[in-house]
Formats: sequence, C-alpha cells, structure tokens
Amino acid sequence: MNHPATSPRATGSPARLLPGDRVARPGTLAGHLARHGTRPDCAGGGRRREELIGEVERAGLAGRGGAAFPTAAKLRTLAAARPRPVVIANGVEGEPASDKDKMLLAVAPHLVLDGAVGAAELTGAGQVVIVAHHAVVPIVSRAAAERRRAGQDSVPVRVMTAAGSFIAGEASAVVNWVERGLATPTGRPPRLGGPGRRPALVQNVETLAHLALILRHGATWFTSAGTPDEPGSMLVTLLGAVRRPGVYEIGIGTPVSGLIELAGGTTAPLSALLIGGYFGTWAEPDAVLPLPFSSAGLAAAGASPGAGVVAALPSTACGLAETARITRYLAGSSAGQCGPCLFGLHAIAGQLDRLAAGTGCDLATVQRWLGDITGRGACRHPDGTALMVASALRVFRAEARLHSRGWCSGTGAAGILPVPGQARS
Amino acid sequence: MTAGLRLRVDPIACDGRGLCAELLPGLITLDDWGFPVPCEQDVPDALRREASAAVTACPRLALHLEPRS
Repeated sequence: MNHPATSPRATGSPARLLPGDRVARPGTLAGHLARHGTRPDCAGGGRRREELIGEVERAGLAGRGGAAFPTAAKLRTLAAARPRPVVIANGVEGEPASDKDKMLLAVAPHLVLDGAVGAAELTGAGQVVIVAHHAVVPIVSRAAAERRRAGQDSVPVRVMTAAGSFIAGEASAVVNWVERGLATPTGRPPRLGGPGRRPALVQNVETLAHLALILRHGATWFTSAGTPDEPGSMLVTLLGAVRRPGVYEIGIGTPVSGLIELAGGTTAPLSALLIGGYFGTWAEPDAVLPLPFSSAGLAAAGASPGAGVVAALPSTACGLAETARITRYLAGSSAGQCGPCLFGLHAIAGQLDRLAAGTGCDLATVQRWLGDITGRGACRHPDGTALMVASALRVFRAEARLHSRGWCSGTGAAGILPVPGQARS
Repeated sequence: MTAGLRLRVDPIACDGRGLCAELLPGLITLDDWGFPVPCEQDVPDALRREASAAVTACPRLALHLEPRS
C-alpha cells in the first residue's frame, strides 16, 4: 500500500483530506484520481468484506460527526442487516459554528463519494444517499454526475439537499428526512430503519472520506497520524479571536494551543474557549490550551472534541452574553416534539437572558432545570445544550457575580459565535 | 419473584396531559412544565395493577410499562 501524495505544511499538520495548494482541480474526478489513485473494489464475498472491515477496525476509525462511534462496528452491524441497508452520508452540518463538512464536500467531493460507495460495498447496501448542506449541493451533484458518466460506482448515488435546521443533522432526523421528508428526530436508531423500511448506515461525510483512504492505504498508514488510542487526522473549525479563522486538518492529539497557532494565533487575550461546538464545553484558556485535542486529552477539562469546533472568546466579549445568545438559538432549534426540551430550553434561555442583562437570574433553578431536561427528549438536543450551559455557569462564575451587581466585564458587542439570522460583530 | 418492570414515557407522544401523575402519585412526578418524570426504580409488585391501568388510561398512549433494559 502506497502513501498518498501529501503536501505537508510547515506546521506538520497532515493534509490527507484537504488538498494542498499543489493539487490541480481537486474537485474534478480527474484531479481526484491523480491525487489518490483509483478506488479499490470492495465488493465481493463475505470473507473479503470481513477482511476489509477488519482493516477499518485495526485503523481505529471513529465517527467524525461528534459521537466518535467506532466505524467498523457500525459497518459490521449493517452488513448483517436485512433487508439490504441504505448508506446515508451525513453532510447536513446544522451547527452554525462548524464549516468542516461544507469545506470537505466543496474541495474533495469525490473522496466522500468514494467512502460512501465503499461503505455500500462493505455492507451490501443497494443505494447511497448524500445529504448535503445546500451551499455545496451544486458541487456534490456535479461530482456525482461526473462519476455516473464515467461508470465509476457499483451502486446508485443520489444527492439530496439537507433541511436547513440545526436539528436536521441528528442521525435519526437525517433518516426521517431521506425516507419521509421530515427533518425531525424519531428516537429510533438508524440501523433499525423506519417501520418496514430499510436499515440505514448514517456516517458523517468526513468519516467516509477517511474510510476511502483507509481502503486505499490500509490501517498502518492511517494510524501513522493521531494518537495510539485515537488514530488519524481530523478536520477542525477554528473561529472567534484567531487571525485566520477557518477549517484545518490536524493529527488527533495536537495540543489546543497548536490549533490556535495553525489559525495564525490569537487577535486578543482570551477569556475562554468553547470546545466541541454548541453542545460542547466552555473551558478556561490556561486549563485547556496545553491539552491534546482528543477525547482522552480534553477529558481533563471536562471537554471532548465533538465535531471539531474550537471558538476562541476574546476577553472583550462577555461569555454570559454569548452563552445566552446560543442558548436562545438552541431553544428555538428544538424540533418541538418533546415537552421538556421545548419548554425547558426556552425557560433556561429566558433565565440566561436575564443573567446576561444583569436583571436578576435564579441560578439555583437553572441548575435544577439543567438536570430536569437531561435524558428527557427523543434525541440528545436537551442534553447537549444542558452540558454547554452547565460549563458556562462554571467557567463564567466570576462574571455572573459581577452581573448580579450590575456590572459586566465585556466591552465589545456580543456575537462572536454565529447564530443564523443574526449578524456577527 | 417476577422480572422488574419500569415506567417509560415516550417523549414525542407525550403531551403533558398529566393523567399518569394523578393516577400514580408515588411513581410519577411532574416537572415545572407539567411533563411526567417516572421514578427510576422498578414498579413495586403491589402497584403493578395500578401502573398497568395508568398505561391504558394515557390519552396519548405515551406511557409504557416494560422490562428493565
């Protein structure tokens, strides 16, 4: 197995998924094949499939959509499922702070398509559906059409525009969208499908791109980046008070401070970082900057990589105001199906608005509500929001005391973290 | 001794009518928004009949009595 053509950067970050500057027309099939070579045929008997799934297992590939579930285990379950499954590539990326899936689909659509078709061959699936954020649908559709003309794929590939909501990317909501046109969670595991419907393998698009490379280059190559327990590279989105916000590819385990350096360093002293996105964890800079960006490394700060979002909060911004804004957004993003999520998140957002404005907030009640809503929905929307809010109340404790006395240390406008429909400052 | 049974609320089906909490005050409480929170312990044998009646009575068919998973 050969090493792919890589263009290592000065920082030593791997360029496996994102093409470097030297790759010509990476979005075309010809450019893709010139860079990565042809896609190996993964169809064949059960024995060959089991060998290849074993290779994915040795590679230690885990889902890059936020849950970090072992990909080989999912492939094995779906390979045994009846009727034949459908492979759904999840490129919904409803999280407003994350750009990595859109970026990947825009610059390397064929790598994702290779991985999705490979996953279909490994599981015996009869169809691939790519659910893509609307911004990149034209690029993905063009790539799929080019492959069809070239007779590239063994299974039919369909491209669907994702629904535009935050919740639309939740795995059961993606299945519901594909099967019934409803972008709401069902609480039913995708592997079971809907009633009488096809079992679904739902994989984040980045996971599928890694899978495509593992099927080409093998487990030993894949594990040459990352940590022994969490191998490989991952895409991260850096935003906030950094010089060059954007999407970067890192080896898992790179220190958080190294991520900030990749983005050109900070533009201001930081008061906190939001790690993992809107279902993530606020952490103090001193506590989190030295830690490896991995599940094991970030656990020391009570955080996890999630889908790779790192937002740097400048000390001129008020963390409570930012938290109140995104909590209000998340409350409005509830699918509205489960009472504790719908009413609880709005109640919590209301209290956080008062905390941010310094008009009096009952923190003990908010703490109780965070416990009350956890585990009470069909999906993890209330749980994820509660974790983020709980971390804000820990990290911005001193700021909350200031607010209760009518002060705020923030001097800039709120709006570091993006919320759809509102301009960033 | 029979296998342990627990109460589970289907959060999508539940509309917070609150009937279950009235029928099973010791086993189900309501949160601040009127939605039921079943106790995490097994339903005691002595209350099993009442629990089954509450399951049948739920107008949304959102309450379930099922083996501990």
